[in-house]
Amino acid sequence: MSFIMYLINGISLGSVYAIIALGYTMVYGIAKMLNFAHGDVIMIGSYISFVTFSQMGLGPVPAVVISIVVCTALGMIIERVAYKPLRKAVSPLAVLITAIGVSYLLQNVALLVFGANPVSYVSMIAVPPLKLAGGELTITGITVITIVLCLVIMGVLMVFIKKTKAGQAMLAVSEDKDAAQLMGVNVNGTIALTFAIGSGLAAIAGILLCSAYPTLTPYTGAMPGIKAFTAAVFGGIGSIPGALVGGILLGVIEILGRAYISSQLSDAIVFAVLIIVLLVKPTGILGKPIFEKV
Amino acid sequence: MAMLEVKNIEVYYGVIRAIKGISFEVNQGEVIALIGANGAGKTTTLQTITGMLSPKSGEVLFEGVDITKIPGHKIVGMGMAHVPEGRRVFAQLSVLENLRLGAYTVKEPTQVEKSLERVYTSFPRLAERKNQMAGTLSGGEQQMLAMGRALMSQPRLICMDEPSMGLSPILVDEIFKIITNISSTGTTVLLVEQNAKKALSIADRAYVLETGNIVLEGKASELLNNEDIKKAYLGE
Repeated sequence: MSFIMYLINGISLGSVYAIIALGYTMVYGIAKMLNFAHGDVIMIGSYISFVTFSQMGLGPVPAVVISIVVCTALGMIIERVAYKPLRKAVSPLAVLITAIGVSYLLQNVALLVFGANPVSYVSMIAVPPLKLAGGELTITGITVITIVLCLVIMGVLMVFIKKTKAGQAMLAVSEDKDAAQLMGVNVNGTIALTFAIGSGLAAIAGILLCSAYPTLTPYTGAMPGIKAFTAAVFGGIGSIPGALVGGILLGVIEILGRAYISSQLSDAIVFAVLIIVLLVKPTGILGKPIFEKV
Repeated sequence: MAMLEVKNIEVYYGVIRAIKGISFEVNQGEVIALIGANGAGKTTTLQTITGMLSPKSGEVLFEGVDITKIPGHKIVGMGMAHVPEGRRVFAQLSVLENLRLGAYTVKEPTQVEKSLERVYTSFPRLAERKNQMAGTLSGGEQQMLAMGRALMSQPRLICMDEPSMGLSPILVDEIFKIITNISSTGTTVLLVEQNAKKALSIADRAYVLETGNIVLEGKASELLNNEDIKKAYLGE
């Protein structure tokens, strides 16, 4: 029974990684850059929902909505101010280093505004736990919500990309920016939309993450950010189903590693698996050898 | 008034002056060929017209409107499509998805369906392969897809960059036949080609580019018999 318990917790944690990984993978697929500030957008989103829900006493729905709106705007502002001017830069390193800079900027702004002391995040998701197998197996409400939400987000996103004009424009930009422009696609607008979606999802991931692991500091986003990035690479960066597969695998490996091998070593195990996967299949599990897909 | 007027444009790549102040015009209904050797500036000229590059000086007027400063993605909606060099189809998308992207600027769904029907009639091969990924098509089919995709926006002027590049002689003939057909439906054609003989055989007028300058212009039929042209471009 405890194995199933760990497995479900792993899938739940992995679902959070998958939602974060979407932000990395979509931005990489479309703008061909690694947005290392993505993890810190999650942290900002968590603080926003903490302030609105726990301190201002707003209901869960407005708190979630405000958090998503703030993160979406933040993502678009970061893209517009820090990344867009560098899009034509000769070296792709310029934008990578800028992204790391933005990451530190967000962390330090959060330090200034919210302080270094951890705050106890109060979960706004009040769903009764699920009891299975005659009460032997208890799954918390947040676990269920996380997994379901992750699957819903993935489904909606895949339909959005396959069926809408904006989604097709994203695919076109990810394959060939110039050709997409010749079709009449506003490439800059499409990249901005991608950042908006990724950052909005970051807000949701932040709320889910802090509801399950309720300690919030300005550095809360950094580690899940790196792990979600790992998940994106693991699944094949640029691929949306890859983000799901990579995220869930990573979460399961982390939780099982912590339970059965060593809780100190669980992160090391996660990254060791990444190294092995990349040695065997450098493009990741669902990555395509030549083209990137959104 | 000419449909397209290019007025004294200069285009730079960094410090290199690739186009050294050229002017030409395309009238409604014409097929105009822009011929010249590799590196003469044909593609650069075309990319400047359709907004992929911006000129340092000079202007481009389309149907009387100055489009020099208009962002590239808005130009296709004004009625000018561009079939890029090397086809540039979206390899990972299906033929149908590629075609629909061609109609990205068309708002009316019924118009999109109409265009789709027209393209399928002109290119039956595309209809047969509509659900296939574009990357799996042969070179000739990809060229047809690139042309069909451009036609989806219902352009009044279609600019084509080296449509015959890398194709077998039989396919080259087919592609030029298609260009003639496109022209006969009333669409104006601006054609950039290294295959000067073929281009001149279907064009009304032509301009000869050499290292960023127009060195010769005239009726295509006359250029075909011009001794200098014969020596330099027709291999006779």
